[in-house]
Amino acid sequence: MTAVEAAPRAGGVLGTRLRRREDPALLTGEARFVADLQVPGTLHAAFARSSVAHARIAAVDLSVARSMPGVVAAYSGADLSDEWSPLPCAWPVTADMKSPVHLPLAVGKVNYVGDALAVVVATSEYAARDAADAVVVDYEPLPAVVDLEDALSDRVVIHEDLGTNSSYTWELNPDQGAVDSAFAAAAHVVSARYVQQRLIPAAMEPRGVLVVPQPFGGDYTIYSATQIPHILKVMLALTAGVEETRLRVVAPSVGGGFGSKLNVYAEEVAALVLARKLRAPVRWVEERSEGAQSTIQGRGQVQHIELAAAADGRVTAVRVRLIADMGAYLQLVTPGVPLLGAFLYSGVYDVPAYSFSCTAVFTNKTPTDAYRGAGRPEATYAIERAMDALAAEVGVEPVEIRRRNFIPPEAFPYSSVAGLVYDSGNFVGALDKAVGLAGYEQLRADQARRREAGDRVQLGIGVSSYFEMCGLAPSRVLASLNYSAGGWEAATVRVLPTGKVQVVTGTAPHGQGHETSWAMIAADRLGISPEDVDVLHSDTAIAPYGMDTYGSRSLAVGGTAVHLATERVLDKARSIAAHQLEVAEEDLDYAAGAFSVRGTPEKAMPLAGIAFEAFTAHNLPEGMEPNLEASTHWDPPNFTFPFGTHIAVVEVDTETGAVRLVRYIAVDDCGNQVNPLIVEGQIHGGIVQGAAQALWEDAAYDADGNLLSASLMDYLVPSAAEVPSFETGSTVTPSPTNPLGVKGVGEAGTIGSAPAVLNAVVDALSPFGVPDITMPATPERVWRAIREAQEARK
Amino acid sequence: MEVSMTVNGSPRTDSVEPRLLLVHYLREVAGLTGTNIGCDTSSCGACTVLVDGESVKSCTMLALQADGAEITTIEGLADGDELHPMQEAFREHHGLQCGYCTPGMVMAAVSLLKEIPDPTEAQVREGLEGNLCRCTGYHNIVQAILAAAKAPARAAS
Ligand code: FES
Ligand code: FES
Repeated sequence: MTAVEAAPRAGGVLGTRLRRREDPALLTGEARFVADLQVPGTLHAAFARSSVAHARIAAVDLSVARSMPGVVAAYSGADLSDEWSPLPCAWPVTADMKSPVHLPLAVGKVNYVGDALAVVVATSEYAARDAADAVVVDYEPLPAVVDLEDALSDRVVIHEDLGTNSSYTWELNPDQGAVDSAFAAAAHVVSARYVQQRLIPAAMEPRGVLVVPQPFGGDYTIYSATQIPHILKVMLALTAGVEETRLRVVAPSVGGGFGSKLNVYAEEVAALVLARKLRAPVRWVEERSEGAQSTIQGRGQVQHIELAAAADGRVTAVRVRLIADMGAYLQLVTPGVPLLGAFLYSGVYDVPAYSFSCTAVFTNKTPTDAYRGAGRPEATYAIERAMDALAAEVGVEPVEIRRRNFIPPEAFPYSSVAGLVYDSGNFVGALDKAVGLAGYEQLRADQARRREAGDRVQLGIGVSSYFEMCGLAPSRVLASLNYSAGGWEAATVRVLPTGKVQVVTGTAPHGQGHETSWAMIAADRLGISPEDVDVLHSDTAIAPYGMDTYGSRSLAVGGTAVHLATERVLDKARSIAAHQLEVAEEDLDYAAGAFSVRGTPEKAMPLAGIAFEAFTAHNLPEGMEPNLEASTHWDPPNFTFPFGTHIAVVEVDTETGAVRLVRYIAVDDCGNQVNPLIVEGQIHGGIVQGAAQALWEDAAYDADGNLLSASLMDYLVPSAAEVPSFETGSTVTPSPTNPLGVKGVGEAGTIGSAPAVLNAVVDALSPFGVPDITMPATPERVWRAIREAQEARK
Repeated sequence: MEVSMTVNGSPRTDSVEPRLLLVHYLREVAGLTGTNIGCDTSSCGACTVLVDGESVKSCTMLALQADGAEITTIEGLADGDELHPMQEAFREHHGLQCGYCTPGMVMAAVSLLKEIPDPTEAQVREGLEGNLCRCTGYHNIVQAILAAAKAPARAAS
């Protein structure tokens, strides 16, 4: 199937493969990213960063930097300490959580390689960077804390004032007795330790910010490559001490985020403070290798998972213990990331007993935070790897162990042991479809043939049935998790006097195609062409309220808000039409963008005409306000729960350890689909990010806390040459949580794929008796695992 | 120092710092910000342009080295209001999401089809090795290029 032209027909646009309206500007170079904005008189900032992981700062010497050509100013952290307050962490997960002071520029001590400690402002980017390189720092080195288990020992305490490297321990333990007795009675127990390596989000557009002040008016416009213009505005007001009414935050075209731009960063606060101090526009654009350390990283967990199961492989309890790597400081939602997974370690399975605990530790590394999936890929990986281990232990097929344990379709809404109510699901339906698409039996036969023949290249087949919670909201549940923001979303829909429609949304797209999808939602309800609907977003002056875009929340929350505001507009239009046509509202039909009187279709008023009447306000129902516009702030009653089954097929060269991903089958259920073209695109990209964690990407540190993969030469973001085309399918189980029946799809691909790929690698090696491989499954690791297993068998 | 080149059909002469990279010249001196910068190690391909018809990562070259060359950037690809067939194909097949890699990806694709007019999927994937995309998983980019190769209007022209 290919895309279709914008449907000119009335309504019915939902569910079509409409081409994106965002594309022409992006395809021609017309779109403007932050780095493309040119404002006369702009000064360029560059940061001097720590070259050591842990040290006291004896002295920062800015004299050379200050004397260099083009340099306007240079400041250390101490120079600016009156200008700002610490960077915010909005998720104090426990009342006694330990949170270090995190200033935009370090004072007294640096705690990771890349920790910013001084800033230089110059008339050109080249000059600013040269001068930042000339900042001389006198360090008194301290031992670095890198390993998570070592961090727990408090051998070296990073933040002395906190007295420990442990930030918090958070538990979810509904019935410890039930868990203990399940393990005591278990016929099978699986006990595994998995490592979630750190990942670099690597959105292709590096971060950047441009602050344009009006020194006499007192206003600041902040252009930032951010996913969260609305949250950023509030946080900048608080950290830089500027009245919120003086700040306007604009996210222009933003080149991907994946969570890495869901933050309030030192450079954003610094640019605002410098623009205030220097009374000039200040711009900073991140270099890729700089960003590897100064932008948050993802994952970073050691996971202990245990399954108790009956003789037939039915899981009776899941017990999970995590150590989560916070890095050197807590960024915006750093501590909350493991909690987003805490409810999902029982996976898609009907598990009667569950306990979870997570201890978060500080290390001398770049802070972690939400990266595509945030907690949920980690949880899914652990349970889906453990289910394969259980299948091996029980002696059944991976597909069979899942079938035996699935929550059945008739059990929804399902109250999970972890305390959530799952909205809707048909796990066996998605599995069956994936198995069919894959030609699973044939693959197994092919595998058996290769095994028998002792082929050098063995086939591995990996299955993962995932489940996730997204559509973040409801606000009351977020409150119970100590999250310091709401989860609602705002939308305004207005029909302009000429009949064109404007949608204003509080979401902040950066690749997801909201302009297209939100236009489709409003157009579908109004029975007009999506071409006639314009979507405004990502500018706090245009969309005053919003909770922005992350956590696969935009459609389920923001899209629903658009739908509800459209309903209200239609209600008002109906009242006006009834008034002017002098009939009762119940006697009106609405179709193809016009109200008509039932039985007398020639008596009709088109939406455009009604909008004009609302605009002139000459003849409106008594007491009605002018203009055809409605707003809503929608706070959903529950999360949404997308799910699916992914099957990965790999070839493993048993002589070299090289793994090739040869096929990938994904069946996803994100509820009703607004635009399948966009849904598939989200899945494709997600699959590659998850497969990349399984096979290639690793933000590894040496024992001194140096990042070993700080550039794109060492950090292996896959290219087109490393991955196959994908075979995708879907099932549709509408969500009862919102009137659109949608769930969300931004993270699903990433959540399903890492375990599918790793399961496939381990499956290929099962004849050798290799029980596990640590991600990423590099040729060296695979080769070693085979050799070690062979040695052990001798 | 003085440098002269033809950019998207218009000749221009500018005086530049010797160390100025071609990509910075195009973006800051010529004001053509469609060509993006995604890395500092010549790894991502976001900056790909055509230099005398060949695809080149414009961050690997000094502006001075392009003296006398014909440069085509993403801004020079469309014909008036008509998108180039490769741009059309990317749109038709949803070969872009955030669009940051897209200008470089499209230029690389145009040059790929010039070299291999009727490529296999494997040749397309190999040919794109120097261009990273974090959003699309490449599936639809590959589809777009294969479709452009089949399109009656020659996408490589
Ligand atoms: S910017 Fe030129 S290759 Fe990345
Ligand atoms: S579309 Fe976002 S990086 Fe390619």
